[in-house]
Amino acid sequence: MSACTSKSDASLSAMDEALIQATQAGLPLSERPFEAVARALGITEDEVCARFERMRREGVVRRIALVPNHYKLGYVANGMSVWDIDDAALPEIAPKIAALPGVSHCYKRPRHLPDWPYNLFAMLHGRDREAVLAQKQEIEALVGPACRASDILFSTRILKKTGFRLSTKGGA
Amino acid sequence: MNNPASIPSLTELERTLVNRLQHGIDITPRPFDTLAESLNCTVRDVIESLNSLKEKGILMRFGPLFNAVHLGGEVSLVAMAVPEARFDEVGEVVNSYPEVAHNYAREHTLNMWFVVSSAKPGRIEAVLADIEARTGLRPLNMPKEEEYYVGLYFEV
Repeated sequence: MSACTSKSDASLSAMDEALIQATQAGLPLSERPFEAVARALGITEDEVCARFERMRREGVVRRIALVPNHYKLGYVANGMSVWDIDDAALPEIAPKIAALPGVSHCYKRPRHLPDWPYNLFAMLHGRDREAVLAQKQEIEALVGPACRASDILFSTRILKKTGFRLSTKGGA
Repeated sequence: MNNPASIPSLTELERTLVNRLQHGIDITPRPFDTLAESLNCTVRDVIESLNSLKEKGILMRFGPLFNAVHLGGEVSLVAMAVPEARFDEVGEVVNSYPEVAHNYAREHTLNMWFVVSSAKPGRIEAVLADIEARTGLRPLNMPKEEEYYVGLYFEV
């Protein structure tokens, strides 16, 4: 591969960064979605694909996909379910929770005792609050006695929502 | 609150595309060719349906989904307990940082939850220290220690 110019662990070349920069806002809905970006960067579509495929293997790119507006699909209720689970039991239990339908993000995070005893977060989505609460009960049944406490936090207002600015490009 | 009338109706092809394409496309110069073939339609039909989904506001974005952490950036979830009377004032302070991408009010003593991200190492801690100095409230930093799944899959 080409020389690594970035200190980040994924070894992104300047061309990779240009590709990330150029596609952050999305790709055109066309039969050849990589054509325009390839032309803009002066490389072939095959090379664009090869770079994306490599970044996918490295984990820089999760996938190239459609992102729906889930509110428009009727998934208007979301609740952040939080769990205090025995650390030793987490590696076995957490993947099971994550695999349930309706669970989008599932992360282990640090506790902040005594204010915050929870170490596992699972974001739940449903068509209404009842559906989300039913999902939480399903998780309770799955976790059993390894769970010491749990809660669910419904969002009441979006105070800010902007896109992430992912580019690593500094003063290049 | 959940008003089914506000959900746009979808054609069978549109529904299939929403379900299938959330999982990702094959990364090839003509990714929709094999898809159209398997769906017994033309590539034109696929593109037209995607444009229709965009017009209906259902397709928010089509493209690569990046993992910020692998780009050398840092992301963290932060919670704060904000007195109700100061909620708007504190919200304005928090939202004033470009590093804060999302901020949600939630029903809990810890009632303000926001996401801070930056490509600069150490920047998140600096932003949080600044917020604490300006508001007198302590932000609880909860960076992810392990990721089990990032799916965001919505069946229609």
